[in-house]
Amino acid sequence: MNGRIERAFARARDAKRKLLVTYLCIGDPNEAESLALAKACVDAGADILELGSPFSDPTADGPVIARASERSIAAGGGLTMTLRVATALRASYTELPLVLFGYYNPLYVRGTGKAVLAAREAGIDALLVVDLPFGHGDELMTAARANDLRVVPLVAPTSTDAHVARLLQHGADAGFVYYVSVAGVTGNAAAPLLEAAARATQVRAQTGLPVVIGFGIDGPEKAKLAARGADGVVVGTAIVREIENATSPDARIANVKALVSCLRTALDGESAPEAPHPR
Amino acid sequence: MPVDEKLVPAPMPVPEADSREGYYGAFGGRFVSETLMFALDELTVAMKDVVASAAFQAEWRELLASYVGRPTPLSSADRLARALDAEHTKIARLFLKREDLCHTGAHKINNALGQVLLAKRMGKARIIAETGAGQHGVATATAAALLGLPCDVFMGESDVARQAPNVARMTMLGARVIPVTSGSKTLKDAMNEALRDWVTNVGTTYYCIGSAAGPHPYPELVASFQSVIGEEARAQILAATGALPDGVVACVGGGSNAIGMFRAFMKDDSVALFGVEAAGHGVHTDKHAATLTAGRKGILHGSLSYVLSNDEGQVQEAHSISAGLDYPGVGPEHAHLKDSARARYLSATDHEAITAATLVTRTEGILPALETAHAFARVRDIAAILSAERGRPVTLAFCLSGRGDKDLATYLRERERAEKDPS
Ligand SMILES: Cc1ncc(COP(=O)(O)O)c(C=O)c1O
Repeated sequence: MNGRIERAFARARDAKRKLLVTYLCIGDPNEAESLALAKACVDAGADILELGSPFSDPTADGPVIARASERSIAAGGGLTMTLRVATALRASYTELPLVLFGYYNPLYVRGTGKAVLAAREAGIDALLVVDLPFGHGDELMTAARANDLRVVPLVAPTSTDAHVARLLQHGADAGFVYYVSVAGVTGNAAAPLLEAAARATQVRAQTGLPVVIGFGIDGPEKAKLAARGADGVVVGTAIVREIENATSPDARIANVKALVSCLRTALDGESAPEAPHPR
Repeated sequence: MPVDEKLVPAPMPVPEADSREGYYGAFGGRFVSETLMFALDELTVAMKDVVASAAFQAEWRELLASYVGRPTPLSSADRLARALDAEHTKIARLFLKREDLCHTGAHKINNALGQVLLAKRMGKARIIAETGAGQHGVATATAAALLGLPCDVFMGESDVARQAPNVARMTMLGARVIPVTSGSKTLKDAMNEALRDWVTNVGTTYYCIGSAAGPHPYPELVASFQSVIGEEARAQILAATGALPDGVVACVGGGSNAIGMFRAFMKDDSVALFGVEAAGHGVHTDKHAATLTAGRKGILHGSLSYVLSNDEGQVQEAHSISAGLDYPGVGPEHAHLKDSARARYLSATDHEAITAATLVTRTEGILPALETAHAFARVRDIAAILSAERGRPVTLAFCLSGRGDKDLATYLRERERAEKDPS
């Protein structure tokens, strides 16, 4: 078992530190900058990278990430480019967990088994396929297990107890759970993070898996709030917005670094919760 | 050799969730974000418990009769048949199932009334819908007005422009038409935006999908409501001719009028099923919407079906002069009917559809919707194929899915263009 993800969570627990997971839409604005931006995130304190592979029809995403996806695709972005960037990152960082984040069609069209193999060869540790609910992608699950990749399950405010129970039964090698803070798309500023933190704490206890909270975390205060109930937080839209708004490559790097450092500092003021129940 | 159970490795734990419910052969399923799963579960339960109940069926069917004007007639299109086949060697009879005579002018109302009625029973406070040609939007706005629910309709900006009469009707009906400016600004993008709204307001809002597409249970729910078309047509043609037709023909966008027509004949092995897709500028160009003819297997809008997508898995923009067929996906049951060869799918170009619409209007006095016109454009070929197979002229039952008032501006513009440039 490669275990980068498990080790990252264990290290954070031991250091009583919250994990910071950062999302980038790879290819926005282009391949070279995405690679540089990913490194900037790591330099500024990101613990896990979510490499977003753009999709033409990102129905789970709000307008900011949807626009980034359009820009990326126009710049030649897609699964091939995302895996190329992953390969480059893996060459620089042997221990950094990389999560391939995307929609199912690009994997399916490549051939699910082939896509999973390619992801592993690119140094990816886990897959998060937004439109492949847990329990509905046997082919992907099987391929991922065979290649020692995690398939990260989502839990949403609308998730049933049965869903969480299934995670408990079958999710031992999920790596971690991604708790979606709000019924909505990415970038929802109204996400009820206190409630999310409370539910994430429950899910953590129920499943024995580490939990990160994502959706609607756009700054240090919200990051701190959400992190109270979880092992870490995911920040996506806020970073993508910096990339969209900055007017030069240097400004993009500087602004993303500043945001990630500020989130890092905020999270370091919070101490990690007790370890989830051992399984 | 006896197997020692202890030596057999424990089976890989495979999540038991879908157990193939919601699949048509290999196609269908439920490919949506976790947030929507409970709503689809809730809808599946409602489909089984409420829609199947005698009380619901009675209420819906009463509305179909007293409000929609069902049963719709089955017309014998004799002049059109002779215009397509003067020698009488290919077409024996051509019957038109007149969905254009439904209230609001298309088959879409059968489904919209069913779903809005269901939404009301489920206690939902708001209806949303996507629309391409505007027919489903008008039908949903109509059902929402009748049943007293607020309604928001997502419509691609390009479609808002080319289907102006339907935008006006929706507005008059009290619905809010929300223009969608992302992507290709057509039906696909309208559906993306409706899904985003639904995931955000999922507790209180009912998403009324307009075609037999989307995640389970929508394809089944929509097909069940549209099946009324084929049920009536089958009985009517038996009454008129004493026999089943040789073939059934319908246009295919997402596939709801076609599946509604096909279902009643599915078990009749002697009845051949034909769907006609939009070939836009031609299936060999990159401007078409012939998903079954030229697409590949993939996932779009919650189900596994055929999709127009490139090697990287990006969904391509479709093109059709008909807003209602301008969609790079298709309902999963059609994918299965194609792969199992139970149905055959052909396509017709923009130009062929315009020409066919003129012929139908002038031989039968019926102005068909542009969507329907695509299927008319292939009737001669379908009759040729089927009469060759059967060695005699054949009888066809054709689903005339809607009327063409909404398309008059397009028809007149294209005819004028053709007159100026007859090439
Ligand atoms: C008259 C008419 N026919 C057909 C269609 C295509 O949809 P479907 O394939 O779901 O019947 C539409 C869609 O707007 C329509 O308005």
